[in-house]
Amino acid sequence: MEPQVLPAALAAHAPALLVMIPLIMSAPAAMIKNGRVAWAIAVLSVLASLVLAAEIFLATRADGAIISYAMGGWEPPFGIEYRIDALNAALLLLLGSTGFLALMFAGPSVADEIARGKRSLFYSAFLICFAGLSGVASTGDAFNLFVFLEISSIATYAIIAMGWRNDRQALTASFNYLVMGTIGATFFVIGVGFIYMTTGTLNMADQAQAIAAMNGNRAVEVGFAFILVGIGLKAALFPLHQWLPNAYAYAPNFVTTFLATTATKVAFYVIIRYSYDVFSVHTGFVSNAMIWVITPLAIAGMLVASTQALFQNNVRRLFAYSSVAQVGYMMLGLGMATSLGLAAGMLHLINHAMMKGALFMALGAFALSYGIRRIEDFKGLGQAMPVTSAAFTVGALSLVGVPFTVGFISKFYLIQAALDAGWWWAVAAILISSVIAVFYVYRILVAIWVTPQGETDKGAPRRVPLAIAVPLGVLALANLVFGVYADPIVSIARAAADAAVYGGVTP
Amino acid sequence: MVEIVAERFTYAVILVLMMVGLYAVIATGNLVKRMVGLSIFQTSVFLLYIATAKVFGGGPAIFDYDDLTYGTIPEDAIYANPLPHVLILTAIVVGVATLAMGLALVVRIREVYGTIEDDELSEIDHDDELKKGV
Repeated sequence: MEPQVLPAALAAHAPALLVMIPLIMSAPAAMIKNGRVAWAIAVLSVLASLVLAAEIFLATRADGAIISYAMGGWEPPFGIEYRIDALNAALLLLLGSTGFLALMFAGPSVADEIARGKRSLFYSAFLICFAGLSGVASTGDAFNLFVFLEISSIATYAIIAMGWRNDRQALTASFNYLVMGTIGATFFVIGVGFIYMTTGTLNMADQAQAIAAMNGNRAVEVGFAFILVGIGLKAALFPLHQWLPNAYAYAPNFVTTFLATTATKVAFYVIIRYSYDVFSVHTGFVSNAMIWVITPLAIAGMLVASTQALFQNNVRRLFAYSSVAQVGYMMLGLGMATSLGLAAGMLHLINHAMMKGALFMALGAFALSYGIRRIEDFKGLGQAMPVTSAAFTVGALSLVGVPFTVGFISKFYLIQAALDAGWWWAVAAILISSVIAVFYVYRILVAIWVTPQGETDKGAPRRVPLAIAVPLGVLALANLVFGVYADPIVSIARAAADAAVYGGVTP
Repeated sequence: MVEIVAERFTYAVILVLMMVGLYAVIATGNLVKRMVGLSIFQTSVFLLYIATAKVFGGGPAIFDYDDLTYGTIPEDAIYANPLPHVLILTAIVVGVATLAMGLALVVRIREVYGTIEDDELSEIDHDDELKKGV
């Protein structure tokens, strides 16, 4: 690959280093007793990963540019190949930047929630999770993808369970996630096995060629179905989302912030990769799956999960259900099987990371100051913590899709894509789901802002530390700035969709 | 009918194991038994891979040193495919890690809740939520 910003020697190995740095640095982070040092190690590794992701992102901006990296010098298709195009480059950049912002927020939040002796282990597990997600996003080898998926998942179970000091339900939530996540991953391996048996290769680009040449084969189609169900579990595709609400509601605040912005997105990427690149979305089998499986489930998820969110009193669980609904929007874009639809889905993926990042960070700030999570307790927050509440409000309005926020942009493009495909009923579903979102967001915003002064005395809050205020401010501003000046994000999403539809791993 | 099953005996065994595992995960309320079911389910997939590696009449993929150096490997030599074994070694490690993580969680759940039965756990969780008013 052509070096862009970094020295050539570093740029040449960027795809490997991106994953290896956080993975290797998790070991020293675990060995150091001091939580602050472990935090610094985590910040530096994620920052390094972010810089490398930016380098890769710049290198893949040219039309149809693909970076292929032979791990250990073993040439593909026999060795493990890391293959990055505009689609996963965008995802890697998103992973790095949200990971970095979330880590800044982690400093005070983790110090508040995790026992002193466990903090370095916590950061170590986080680094493993981050490395796993980056690995899934950059590898071009099906089995390697499974291994990274499990690396990230096992680390995720651990860091979710660490919320048990605040609420013991974190333990049961984590266990349920472990059982469902493992079933999902095993389904994925079965699918990979079927494809390997028929094509004789694990390299995804190689598989794509072999499958295209086969012109319809039952075993391969069964493999695709297994992969769709397995990864659908990880992506919280309705109705496979049962693990998500409790996991997000009881995990430490930092973990929820990080997972809500990255974990389901990476799984969503795997579905795109398989349905558009390894398989062709134009073959009858896959396009049937898109129209008859993905799209109805996406719409059901948008409506049902939004409705379930209405009845939650725990704010974090409310937003967890809303996340399931948002996955529905992304899946709807994917299900349209057009370049426009996929671009809208990718756009919503990026934008949703911004809004949920801002929302969960603001919730973390509230929890840090008052230790609250019920909607009733939010009364009077507008007076007690006006700036944090304002940032929260921006995120919430963006979630609804108010104009001049990123939420509006992604819904606008999604509706446009649906109309282009002639799917007026999908437009109706998007609008209905948005109206439901107005209601659940309205409940919280009213509690925060409209309670008369003096009715609830909150007492002076703990000052929100700068380490929370800065990333929260950045995300809230991003929601507004990219809501007005949307071109950069839209062009990234378009390039990503084009890479998936017109090229991607298929040479 | 008998022949069809006999020809695919390995796959039939794998299928039975797979269903036994999945059923155990879904049907039992005991968290340890649930982990056992999960392990059986994963193991059946290991067998699926290993079964595909077998080539009729093939031996292990170990080449004679002299044949390798002088390039005199007989053309009709049949070897089993070693790649699935390597993959499954990795998958076993992943399975062990998952099992360890799951059992560690069960131990902690037992310490904190005093039970590992799913129905009792959800009752306690429900009571917790009512107490906190969420």
